Amino acid sequence: MASRRVTRKWEVFAGRNRFWCDGRLMTAPHPGVFLLTLALICGTCALHFAFDCPFLAVRVSAAVPAVGAALFVLTLAALLRTALSDPGIIPRAATAEAAALEAAEAGRPPPRAREVLVRGRPVKLKYCFTCKMFRPPRASHCSLCDNCVDRFDHHCPWVGNCVGKRNYRSFYTFVVSLSFLAVFVFACAVTHLALAARGAGVAAALHASPASALVAAVCFLSVWSVLGLAGFHTYLASTDQTTNEDVGIFRSCSIRFAFSLSSLTTERFRYFFAD
Amino acid sequence: MANNRIPSGPNTPGSQQTPTQQGIKIFIQRDYSEGTAVKFQTRFPPELEERIDRQTFEHTIERLNEHFEMAETADCSTYCEGCLACLTAYFIYICTETHYEKHLRKVSKFIATQNERVYNPRGVHITDPILRGLRVIEITMIDVPNCQSPTGNNTSIRHT
Repeated sequence: MASRRVTRKWEVFAGRNRFWCDGRLMTAPHPGVFLLTLALICGTCALHFAFDCPFLAVRVSAAVPAVGAALFVLTLAALLRTALSDPGIIPRAATAEAAALEAAEAGRPPPRAREVLVRGRPVKLKYCFTCKMFRPPRASHCSLCDNCVDRFDHHCPWVGNCVGKRNYRSFYTFVVSLSFLAVFVFACAVTHLALAARGAGVAAALHASPASALVAAVCFLSVWSVLGLAGFHTYLASTDQTTNEDVGIFRSCSIRFAFSLSSLTTERFRYFFAD
Repeated sequence: MANNRIPSGPNTPGSQQTPTQQGIKIFIQRDYSEGTAVKFQTRFPPELEERIDRQTFEHTIERLNEHFEMAETADCSTYCEGCLACLTAYFIYICTETHYEKHLRKVSKFIATQNERVYNPRGVHITDPILRGLRVIEITMIDVPNCQSPTGNNTSIRHT
């Protein structure tokens, strides 16, 4: 009895994303930088757990490796969830719908934008020539992944995926937990070296544990950009904007009014806590 | 023509149509008059007049809109669910699904029931809007005179 092979949707997906585990996981077409991010985080934390934690667990507190492990697990889980899930890709218009749009224009290509009234304010819906549809408000087309993404924030090479409506929460969790992790690991490495240097001197401490110096250096170099990004996204989230909008397009107050869910601050954070 | 303004309220033309092999397809657009939340226009497309009555159609769309409104409403339990998910590093979603996903499943079930009981016997098929990215509701008027369900015929509607 021959088994009929079913064609999965991901096998005929029109965008440039790559799929793994029979379509359960998806990334951007070139996830190389994401592997670098993973290697940096896992490598630095491995050195931290191998060299700093045994020393600090005895000299300071047993809570140090516990907190480090919790932060590491949270950061890694948030990173994997951001990198491997759907950012909010809007499927391309089916042939029939694309034909209907063209038929409505009597054979000519559809206009570049269509204006709709969102709460009485005019908002332009742009026509996407690749996806053959009028993009919903706040959606944007990612040229790297070749998809329209809903509430498009940006394409993040470090995370190896677009950041959009469906994975923005885990992206924010990743950035914030990574800043805490970087600061924590840096503090642990410096504490280890300082405590070791008290007895034997700085040079001896560095010689005994060069990994701590390496960990401290890596954390020091990366913490500024990660902290800056965390602060920037906290600002964006609290003002209900995306990176794409902040860059320059949506400066008009009327558009912000049209999009804001409510004037209450709690509604702004609804996007983060409620799903 | 220079002014491409299409107000999105309940009285505006929200449907476009095109004939295909399976039959005429009608597209019900989103209603943005109250904001960017998921809501579809309830205006009755004239092409359906001979097959479905206005009240049935409007009832279906209104129920759909209610489902989506419930999906997007956040109350105390949704906030707690979100906080718990964050605290468990999102591992909780291996066992459960999100509030929104639960409601999307209800929407799919509602549409399947409506298709089976009301629309398919009259030669009309409603496509779940999630398959079109929650942008449009695609309604197919099936040409087959026996009005059989399109799901039984796998060459007719392929969702890609």
